[in-house]
Amino acid sequence: MAKITLDNLAHSYSPAPKSEADFALKELNHVWNDGEAYALLGASGCGKTTLLNIISGLLTPSQGRIFFNDTDVTRAPTAERNIAQVFQFPVVYDTMTVHDNLAFPLRNRGREESYVTERVQEIARMIGMEHMLNRKARGLTADAKQKISLGRGMVRKDVNALLFDEPLTVIDPHMKWELRTQLKSLHHQFGHTMIYVTHDQTEALTFADKVVVMHSGRVVQIGTPQELFETPAHTFVGYFIGSPGMNVIPAIVEGNVASINGSRVPLGRGYGTPKGKVEIGVRPEFARLSSSEGLPVKVRRVEDVGRHKIIRAEFFGTDINILADEGAPIGADMNRVIFDPAHVNVYADDWRVEGEAA
Amino acid sequence: MTLTLDGVTKVAGGQTHIHPTTLTLQNGTMNVLLGPTSSGKTSLMRLMAGLDKPNQGRILWNGQDVTGMRVQDRKVAMVYQQFINYPSMTVYDNIASPMRLLGKTAAEIDAAVKKAADLMKLSPLLGRKPLELSGGQQQRCALARALVKNAGLVLLDEPLANLDYKLREELRVEIPKIFEESGSIFVYATTEPEEALLLGGNTATLWEGRVTQFGPTPEVYRKPVDATTARVFSDPPMNFMPVSKTGTKLLFGNGQSATATGRLHDISDGRYLAGFRPNHVEIERHTPDALSFTAKLHVTEITGSETFVHFDHGGGRWVGVLHGIRNLKLGEDMSVFLDPAHIYIFGEDGRLVAPAAYALAA
Repeated sequence: MAKITLDNLAHSYSPAPKSEADFALKELNHVWNDGEAYALLGASGCGKTTLLNIISGLLTPSQGRIFFNDTDVTRAPTAERNIAQVFQFPVVYDTMTVHDNLAFPLRNRGREESYVTERVQEIARMIGMEHMLNRKARGLTADAKQKISLGRGMVRKDVNALLFDEPLTVIDPHMKWELRTQLKSLHHQFGHTMIYVTHDQTEALTFADKVVVMHSGRVVQIGTPQELFETPAHTFVGYFIGSPGMNVIPAIVEGNVASINGSRVPLGRGYGTPKGKVEIGVRPEFARLSSSEGLPVKVRRVEDVGRHKIIRAEFFGTDINILADEGAPIGADMNRVIFDPAHVNVYADDWRVEGEAA
Repeated sequence: MTLTLDGVTKVAGGQTHIHPTTLTLQNGTMNVLLGPTSSGKTSLMRLMAGLDKPNQGRILWNGQDVTGMRVQDRKVAMVYQQFINYPSMTVYDNIASPMRLLGKTAAEIDAAVKKAADLMKLSPLLGRKPLELSGGQQQRCALARALVKNAGLVLLDEPLANLDYKLREELRVEIPKIFEESGSIFVYATTEPEEALLLGGNTATLWEGRVTQFGPTPEVYRKPVDATTARVFSDPPMNFMPVSKTGTKLLFGNGQSATATGRLHDISDGRYLAGFRPNHVEIERHTPDALSFTAKLHVTEITGSETFVHFDHGGGRWVGVLHGIRNLKLGEDMSVFLDPAHIYIFGEDGRLVAPAAYALAA
């Protein structure tokens, strides 16, 4: 297992980049700890696959270096990096049995057959395929094949890192739960350094110790799920994490009060007078409808989405979302909204202002 | 306008893809087909469209039998998971193409294209080619083409599956609004319970080629007719455990008992299956009559707003969804509480015997 250091790293697909805009991956400096699970999360085109390809060695960065522990691997080919990879679509040997597919990476490295058998059994149990070890892979469903790919990725204990590129895309929702849980418990058991690329926030948040949120080639925040949820560093993180995302409302902020169209919203911290485009960010989870307290809001629609309700409303010209519990009554007289001051964040030019304890 | 499937079946290569199905869809409605991969969603849509002929049964359009009618002669539009556009044509020409085939005038086409493009937020992109668009824009182009035909029946087969999470979230909100206005019948296939709930309308749950239930979406969610429907319409999956009833007592696997009140009082003595949704699992006692169970915590997953907890209970695995962030110790036994009002009782054959009390109140 290895610590991964990204030093001054950047990449442009154009041979002679002129400006920052030509870079698919903008300059970044990070150290990813040995044994932690990271998720790279962002929309298509945000640079997450570029970064993964640099780590795996499929791509040489146009600037900067990458280290596994203290070894510079910037120019080392994939085969020398000692990593395991699982891709979006299954890669299995159709003519081999499930057992031989799983055993392949171990036999390739000349491990003893008794160890191979033991390890294959262990992995097969984890992916729920013990009963079909002697079947040929040909003719299996896409998700069975993907489980084999996942199993093969995990079969070696001595890899520097395990890289996953949208590995659960072809898997049914019910199965996703199972596989994700297995990956997670595997991580607890073996402490592999794992890097998991996805555009699905639930997958990223539930899988990773730390989520790396990317936007237009830039890492906008690296944090625990709790940090990303409670204190998004950028309005993009607020929007991208959470479903529905954070409400972002233009405001004038002075000290510990935000004014919206002359109405006052108390804040949990002091902010002075931030400059630039100033907004407050409040997650739907921290907004509540009321009939008596708070500021006026126009309720447009109430959606029953099972375990909670989403209230779509207009708040001084901005569309906002408010969450309510499954059984909560939403009366016609509930036309006011209250924000939890401890969970109102302040943004200047899209970046979060830290503020001071009030 | 109505579309009726009257006892249709589909058998191919000796395998039954659709068991006898009877279903009536009304105009101006959104109808979700919800089920896992290969449960029959696409097969059912192909029968509705006329792309496949049923082995038995009839398909009626406004009461008129259209079973043998070719797809070209029906007013049907279909959008697939893979965005299909003509790569060499501009967005404008892509959207216009079905109308050109119908022999409309240039003025009619222009008006319709502009209206559809406006709805789909494609107006500034009409001069571009599909490959110069993002995935979401490409799929909106395909949706606009389906819309412009003014078809009576619009079939959407997992149209958002290949899009980014956030784009999906936006289009899910937009799609029902857009299609409400058109007055057509919409059929939307998905594997995701959450998507069905967000789309609203009606939902038909599918399992192994059978429609297990059809009705207003929240009603199917809260009042599933059987354990299969409950399982299909729950993500994370519904939790189950055996229970037996004797007199006024309900006895659960671990020796926990509860008094059978309300509807549960009226069911006959015997063995049943109790089901409860993950969001109703609690780790603190909230009601005095809550049942308590001991389960070993296997894994927790934190999303920031919620914590998913996976328990080992006897031979089975339960999943719970808790509000907020919970830092719990893995591998340890803990108490799990369950409000009896949240328990569904299914017969040993899977049929619903008594719905959860909360669902009757909702």
